[in-house]
Amino acid sequence: MRIVIAEDSVLLRAGLVKLLGGAGIEVVAEVGDDAGLLRAVERHRPDLALIDVRMPPTHTDEGVRAALELKARRPEVAVLLLSQYVEERYAADLLAGHTGGLGYLLKDRVADVDEFVEAIRRVAAGGTALDPEVVAQLLVRRRTSPLRQLTPRETDVLATMAEGRSNSAIAAALGIGGHAVEKHVNNIFAKLGLVPADTDHRRVLAVLQYLERR
Amino acid sequence: MRRRSWPSVVHVLTGLPVALLGVAVILPALGVAVVSARPVRAVVAGRTAAQRRRFAALLDVEIAEVTAVRRQTGYHLLALPLGALGFAAVAGTASYGLALLVTARPVGAVAVVVAVGAAHALARLDAVLARRLLGPTAAEALDARLAELARTRAQTIAAADAERRRIERDLHDGTQQRLVALAMTLGAARTALADGPGRDAVESAHQEAKAVLAELRGFVRGLHPAVLDDRGLDAALSGLVAGLPQPVELHVEVGGRCPQAIEAIAYFVVSEALTNVTRHARASRVAVTVVRRDGRLRLTVDDDGVGGATGRPGGGLEGLAQRVASVDGTFRIGSPPGGPTRVEAELPCGS
Repeated sequence: MRIVIAEDSVLLRAGLVKLLGGAGIEVVAEVGDDAGLLRAVERHRPDLALIDVRMPPTHTDEGVRAALELKARRPEVAVLLLSQYVEERYAADLLAGHTGGLGYLLKDRVADVDEFVEAIRRVAAGGTALDPEVVAQLLVRRRTSPLRQLTPRETDVLATMAEGRSNSAIAAALGIGGHAVEKHVNNIFAKLGLVPADTDHRRVLAVLQYLERR
Repeated sequence: MRRRSWPSVVHVLTGLPVALLGVAVILPALGVAVVSARPVRAVVAGRTAAQRRRFAALLDVEIAEVTAVRRQTGYHLLALPLGALGFAAVAGTASYGLALLVTARPVGAVAVVVAVGAAHALARLDAVLARRLLGPTAAEALDARLAELARTRAQTIAAADAERRRIERDLHDGTQQRLVALAMTLGAARTALADGPGRDAVESAHQEAKAVLAELRGFVRGLHPAVLDDRGLDAALSGLVAGLPQPVELHVEVGGRCPQAIEAIAYFVVSEALTNVTRHARASRVAVTVVRRDGRLRLTVDDDGVGGATGRPGGGLEGLAQRVASVDGTFRIGSPPGGPTRVEAELPCGS
């Protein structure tokens, strides 16, 4: 896999390159701002762009804007945003147009190397990786009506599913069996009135659309 | 006023030509005043500035700047007879004395001393007159002082606000990035190590680093949420509300942006009020409303909890009341025992 990194902290950039290199992911370009990112993507056509939200020149939300522009120009390039905080509003902007090949994670998550690499692979393959905090924010704001009918366990499953995880990953994360997950997922879809979906990505899409509608 | 002889004498002697010039330019301007008041204003302002400089240079009398065309015109016109009188008295007496001295009559020295004394007295009289007529009245001086205080207070608040932003930025660009890199290194080390006490130690260091990161993240966002500057109150409050353990109805209707300092105060009022609600109120319903109308930003935080919330001295709400007052806003808490509680604030936000 070939990726481009846009991150203005040199220290973190170096750490990421090393970490990803160890996992067999090739970093074809490292840049420190949004303009550099767009140029690098045009030049290298990577599978994925790993983008810091706050970058020069204004250190505000350059990364979000760049990600949206990138998605509009080159929808085939997956985008994974990293940030010190996840903001509901940024997530809403990002998820408004697209959920495929998109991730938004807290920077802390890079510390859990295996899971982080897994998230990169999932997003690069067209899937979704939303930080549990993003999901929690989306769920809290819409904690009304049908969501209240969910059991605590079903809520956990829904939250993990919305992060973009597969059934087996949900089972591992929650320490329950694969059949139990399937049962919970079916219950969730039934209670929320969602059309059951076959792939992980379409399930996430259904959940997000549901959350957006609320 | 310094007690020096020569400047007083110079002041009185130059008073006449300066006054003459003043009258010469003001009279024609007064002539056209029926048509337009602008020339009078401009000419009077110019002459007043000249006189203020003269008083400061010769007599060390500082006259504060103020616009009061009638009063100041009065002084410039009055300066002519006064100047003529002063010139005649001082120049006349002094030259009489000097003439006596030249013709070897020592009594002339007395006349010279009298002339200098008269110059002193006249200069002082002129200074009193100029202060009254050219400078501000007591009420005007108070107004000016008030405006000055309001301006410096706004600067102080903006400076404190900028400082919080700077600290947030420094922590974000420095400490947080380094901690992430540290946690990442520990994570990689944990993966690389075989089971054993070494791996256990690294594992616990890794967990600790992640916990510190989470704690620092909460602290830094509380210091100043960057999203507030990027996207405004609505976005910042959405993030705040979304991070709370209990559902909050949020209604924001601001339409455009308020000054940064106002947005920051509004954000922290809501944030602190919600912190209180989640800690003490045991409420089942919480609603936040932020509306801008007629150049005022109105905030209300309502909950149906146990009530009895008051601004403890030194507490968060007390501090907020002060911050709100510092921008000429109003702050009220209504919280009878048994509830419900309403925290209200109104802030200026230019329409």
